[in-house]
Amino acid sequence: MRISRAIASVVVTIMIAALVAGARPAAAADTIDPDADFKAFRDYYTERFPNVPLNDFVNGPYSMDAELRKQWEAIDDFPPYDFAIDRGKQMFATPFKNGKTYGDCFPDKGTGIRQNYPYFDDKSGEVITLELALNRCREANGEEPYSYVKDEMASLTAYMAFTSRGKPFDIKIPNDPRALAAYQKGEEYFYARRGQLNFSCASCHVQNPGNHIRTEVLAPALGIVAAMPIYRSEWSGMGTMSRRLVTCNSQVRGVPLKPQDELYRDVEYYLSYMSNGLPISGPGTRP
Amino acid sequence: MRGRTAHGPALFVAAVLVLFAGARASAQALPGQTLAFDRGKGNCLTCHDIKGGDSPGNLGPPLADMKARFPDRKELRGIVFDETRRNPQTVMPPFGRNLILTDGEIEAIVDFLYTR
Repeated sequence: MRISRAIASVVVTIMIAALVAGARPAAAADTIDPDADFKAFRDYYTERFPNVPLNDFVNGPYSMDAELRKQWEAIDDFPPYDFAIDRGKQMFATPFKNGKTYGDCFPDKGTGIRQNYPYFDDKSGEVITLELALNRCREANGEEPYSYVKDEMASLTAYMAFTSRGKPFDIKIPNDPRALAAYQKGEEYFYARRGQLNFSCASCHVQNPGNHIRTEVLAPALGIVAAMPIYRSEWSGMGTMSRRLVTCNSQVRGVPLKPQDELYRDVEYYLSYMSNGLPISGPGTRP
Repeated sequence: MRGRTAHGPALFVAAVLVLFAGARASAQALPGQTLAFDRGKGNCLTCHDIKGGDSPGNLGPPLADMKARFPDRKELRGIVFDETRRNPQTVMPPFGRNLILTDGEIEAIVDFLYTR
């Protein structure tokens, strides 16, 4: 019921609100129900965009706009993120000073596991994203952490996404009040308006996917995390999920959190859970 | 000594007020179209198609036939000031309430919109 309240508050279409509200009993209003949220979230997009195949939502604006898609397919023969994949692969193969490697920090040596992040760590009671896990791996092996927003971090995550392409998101929310609280905080952050321009994440990515801000086509929130990290022409370079969240907050003239702030990780947890079942498509390119 | 501590801040405040007044006066002197199209001010084209502007977005409706659609100037001014009062779900920024535009700037933009 929570998602119905959240979506209903941002969705103008009365039909959708009625459908979502009618889907579950009002008695459930105060419980956190990720599965019900998931269904309502996905139904909202598939009903609004009946001609977009479910797995195509991971292609963001290209799933919404035929002209943009043509341009994308033209440049994708020589994708601008290729150098990041190569660099990340090389970094994975290069041992730390202590002789260990990134692969030693991850299941399956870090290959084909992107779809399992973020996860809730029941020992520390917090959400662990791939970016956080990579820096913790470095620190555990006596190396300095990297900047979360671009460069080395984007190369490492690009390589890890690339080895996971096509694998469906498999985010788990254990029946642990701390995990549910993290999920709920992420959801609330996503729907809360902020900044001088008074935008929530949902203002663009739930209310207006496919619409144009100037010439830019807004991406649907469903699947939006699957393409990370991305090469953005606007940035003239690669950027991570952290970079995307920070720049979104700045663009609405809000105060960004620190990259990998607990709340940002909660937002990623929420959004990734909403994308469960959709294939990893990263690294991606965006205008 | 007392005089210095008393006058210093007072003079500073006066200087700031003069600067502000100057900035407001020059902003008000700008034609509404410039304010409406300026990305740091109205930035209307981000979401609205307006005759005379390039690369408009479409989150909001085209701004045309404004006289016919908004015979009451107060209503149009109110939408620019804070459309969330009328429609809580709008994504239009509350330009007046959030001090993105001054009252004078909003009046100038409304003048311009009535030419469209």
